Amino acid sequence: MNQKVEIVRKILDSNDRLAAENRKRLDALKILGLNVMASPGAGKTSFLLKTIERLPESIHLGVIEGDTAPVTIDADKIVAQGVPAVQINTGGECHLDAVMTEMALDQLPLDDLDLVIIENVGNLICPAVFALGTHKNILIASIPEGDDKPYKYTNIYRGIDVLIINKIDLLPYLEFRMDYFKQGVAALNPRLVCFELSSKTGEGFDAWMAWLIAEVAKTKTV
Amino acid sequence: MYIPILKDCAFDMHELAVTEDILKIALEEAEKYNTNRISDIFLTIGRLSSIVDDSIQFYWDHISKDTLCEGALLHFNRPPAVFKCNKCGQEYEILDDLLPCPACKSFDLEILSGNEMQVDNIEIETEGKDEPES
Repeated sequence: MNQKVEIVRKILDSNDRLAAENRKRLDALKILGLNVMASPGAGKTSFLLKTIERLPESIHLGVIEGDTAPVTIDADKIVAQGVPAVQINTGGECHLDAVMTEMALDQLPLDDLDLVIIENVGNLICPAVFALGTHKNILIASIPEGDDKPYKYTNIYRGIDVLIINKIDLLPYLEFRMDYFKQGVAALNPRLVCFELSSKTGEGFDAWMAWLIAEVAKTKTV
Repeated sequence: MYIPILKDCAFDMHELAVTEDILKIALEEAEKYNTNRISDIFLTIGRLSSIVDDSIQFYWDHISKDTLCEGALLHFNRPPAVFKCNKCGQEYEILDDLLPCPACKSFDLEILSGNEMQVDNIEIETEGKDEPES
């Protein structure tokens, strides 16, 4: 005889709960946590390096680098700037999750930090499914990826707070309909904050840095 | 400045983590009953959840081996996403593509549902076994 058992339990609830713990930990230390997501090659690390270059000395940053391969290329670049970095090698897994984030936070000198930026694995699908416990989710879209991405990767566009449109210095050379791109973004996420910039030339970074500095200050006063 | 390196297990796509959680939930719930086999698992996974059924099934066949769930059938309920137009109030369903409001073509939309991911219920075999303990 078969018996049906009612359950109704949320899948990945344990990840969400651990993410909430990570958040509490950051909150207690008044650290702003950012989860930076993007496709491979969108310029996550270059964006981070330019941000480090412009970061006021009063803001102490720690970086968590997520990669599928056992390399420290990205973390090496961050450390070369004098910023503490932890490299997570996911061993082929396509995203970071709350457990890996917790382990990485253990390795950072949290007591000395004001800001933790997590560079997620380059991927537009999987990272959107796993909360890490950060305060803001940031997506970097870049001009060479094409203007149709919001229409194809709806989930990640829906779950973000900030959109960085990177590599705007390439706009004159590529067919990228900014109106079409932004229409898709607005449909999915009308309230997000958007910055258009170039990590190469530095154009547009003033607005992004102003936002970042204000958010770090806000975290301190909460 | 040093770089600690953390290595994790050799996983693949995010569906594996989802599938493992489904197995964990099913086994935990079945433990409350006197059963030695789970025959069916009913899932609701919204269309906006970025989950591929076949992927879940593939992982399921591997990780459910030698558990009470071995051979259990997965039933997928994939409800469409429901959007509401902020301009004219029209509610409509979306299966895969992002489409403007069918009534007024506006892209000013609110998402009402479509991101669900849950185990609804399981079917267990209780033949020759006592009534549930709880």
